[in-house]
Amino acid sequence: MDTADKHAPDPIPKGRPLTALEEAERARVQALLDTRYMADLGPADAGWGRRQFLFLTSVATAFAGLNFFVWPFIDSLNPAADVQALASVEVDLTPIKVGQSITVVWRGKPIFIRHRTEAEIAAARSVDLSQLPDPQPDAARTLKPEWLVVVGVCNHLGCIPRGQRPTDPHGAYAGWFCPCHGSHFDTSGRIRKGPAPNNLAVPQYTFIDDEHIRIG
Amino acid sequence: MATRRWKNGFVRWIDARFPIFTATHHQLYEYPMPGNLNYWWNFGSIAGIILVVMIFSGIFLAMQYQPNTAEAFDSVERIMRDVNYGWLMRYIHQTGSSLFFAIVYIHIFRGFYYGSYKSPREITWLTGCLIFFAMMATAFMGYVLVWGQMSFWAATVITNLFTAVPGIGESITTWLWGGYAVANPTLNRFFALHYLLPFVIFAIVALHLVALHTTHSNNPLGVDMKGPQDTIPFHPYYTVKDLVGLGAFATLFAIMVFFAPDALSEPDNFIPADPLVTPEHIVPEWYFLPFYAILRAVPDIGPIPAKLAGVIAMFGATLIWFLVPWLDRSKVRSAKFRPLYQVFFWVLVVNCLVLGWCGKQLPEGVFLTISRIATGYYFFHFIVLLPLLGIFERPRPLPYSISAPILTPSPVSPAGRLELAPAAAGDEARP
Repeated sequence: MDTADKHAPDPIPKGRPLTALEEAERARVQALLDTRYMADLGPADAGWGRRQFLFLTSVATAFAGLNFFVWPFIDSLNPAADVQALASVEVDLTPIKVGQSITVVWRGKPIFIRHRTEAEIAAARSVDLSQLPDPQPDAARTLKPEWLVVVGVCNHLGCIPRGQRPTDPHGAYAGWFCPCHGSHFDTSGRIRKGPAPNNLAVPQYTFIDDEHIRIG
Repeated sequence: MATRRWKNGFVRWIDARFPIFTATHHQLYEYPMPGNLNYWWNFGSIAGIILVVMIFSGIFLAMQYQPNTAEAFDSVERIMRDVNYGWLMRYIHQTGSSLFFAIVYIHIFRGFYYGSYKSPREITWLTGCLIFFAMMATAFMGYVLVWGQMSFWAATVITNLFTAVPGIGESITTWLWGGYAVANPTLNRFFALHYLLPFVIFAIVALHLVALHTTHSNNPLGVDMKGPQDTIPFHPYYTVKDLVGLGAFATLFAIMVFFAPDALSEPDNFIPADPLVTPEHIVPEWYFLPFYAILRAVPDIGPIPAKLAGVIAMFGATLIWFLVPWLDRSKVRSAKFRPLYQVFFWVLVVNCLVLGWCGKQLPEGVFLTISRIATGYYFFHFIVLLPLLGIFERPRPLPYSISAPILTPSPVSPAGRLELAPAAAGDEARP
């Protein structure tokens, strides 16, 4: 700030008492300054409650407004309409012979569809549920006994279990075997041994007719 | 500053190692602001806030955008149709760019009117000019990303400006394109730079603020702050005043985003880019129109061909702002006390609006003549008027200080001024 100024009045010497006129002027300016600073958030006074109310309601409104602003940006990262449009696939089952498996892609994930043999169905249905880490009867996992439809993603850490091809390892229970950390799945896609906590998930699907299913 | 003691022990611990609380207190409470700022001083803070809004919305758009000529246009349409609230994010970004320029133009012309560029605030002004340059580059490249017809041909026309450079022009243009025409490499690098430059702007804004807080704000009277009677703390006075302006601005912003998002944009940009067909009439976004008019107005000047002269004039139109602190010879800052400059300031404003209007028209007949006159006047204002006014204009008498017109003269302080004892002065007097 520029303090040098040739027009300034002579300062009052230190120690000299103010004259009545000077004292009146000092009080006048001080009162003016006090008036200007009154709007500052000072200690409690007569206007405090009203000001506090206005302050809090303003902040609350601003915060609500901020949320209205932020939500669209968060939601923009959710699956977009074109991604959701790909969320269901139809599969023709006629080419799949008994004992064969195919893999289809649904929502970017592999879906195992297996046309099970009588032996496999029997093996899956005869298990004592109390021996299973994630007890679930085979009947609850299939719409038709000969068709098993599961999400081919090991729910341990997301690897894809082997066992779709006849030459693949099928694990100790003739189903699937996850090579990442050694989880064994049975002919119903249920976890039998290894670190995976749950059975292979069954996606939501329906039979359109005897030969076609819609997944999703 | 360092002597302040905080009551809370944790705050004290942090502050001793990283004085964020002391620094904040210093900038918000101890930092003196002139007591007489009007609403034209809101636009700096609004510009800062909208820069943040642009960066924020831009980052989210970049997460959905494909910087590839085969997919760019479709990915923008996908943002508009398929991405959740994508239309909102894009319209915030698109409208935001227009309003950003509007706000910054007002901010710049406030500087012109009140002489904010004059000593000791030259560096503040220069960093501001740099910000504007970076903004123009960012806006141009962002517009190209949409990859509509106007995007493509704007990119072609603007990069072709560099062919006007004698000798190496063609090489520069090829280098800018990364090929022999505007194509995928161009789009890729524009996307990378469009993401980078806002952060560069953010950094220059920090420099702008450091310079500002060193020399303190100018004010409508243009006289220096002489003492505590002239100042008020930034908080709560100017935080509240800025919020009022911000509220009005945000309302306008929302109205445009929700009810007139395409009001300022060119319909041709809804046609996907076609390198084989140029639109009938290429015009830039409104905020570049005055510069576009200057580009097209300039004829051959002696040995300089019109093409090169136009490019020089267009860049010169903003580069000349860097020289304004030294072109203006007047010691008086505020136009309030400069009767002639006050008139010429408004003539310049009208002149720029005329240039903008001409930039929208085809460069023929009467529009070309008007563009030429307005371009001539634009440079006349800065190169001739500003220096001469400083010499020949007789300014009105300046008040002694900001508070002088409020503090009426008295026998003790004829200039309306009183030396306050230090104990009663300024912030220390407040609770």
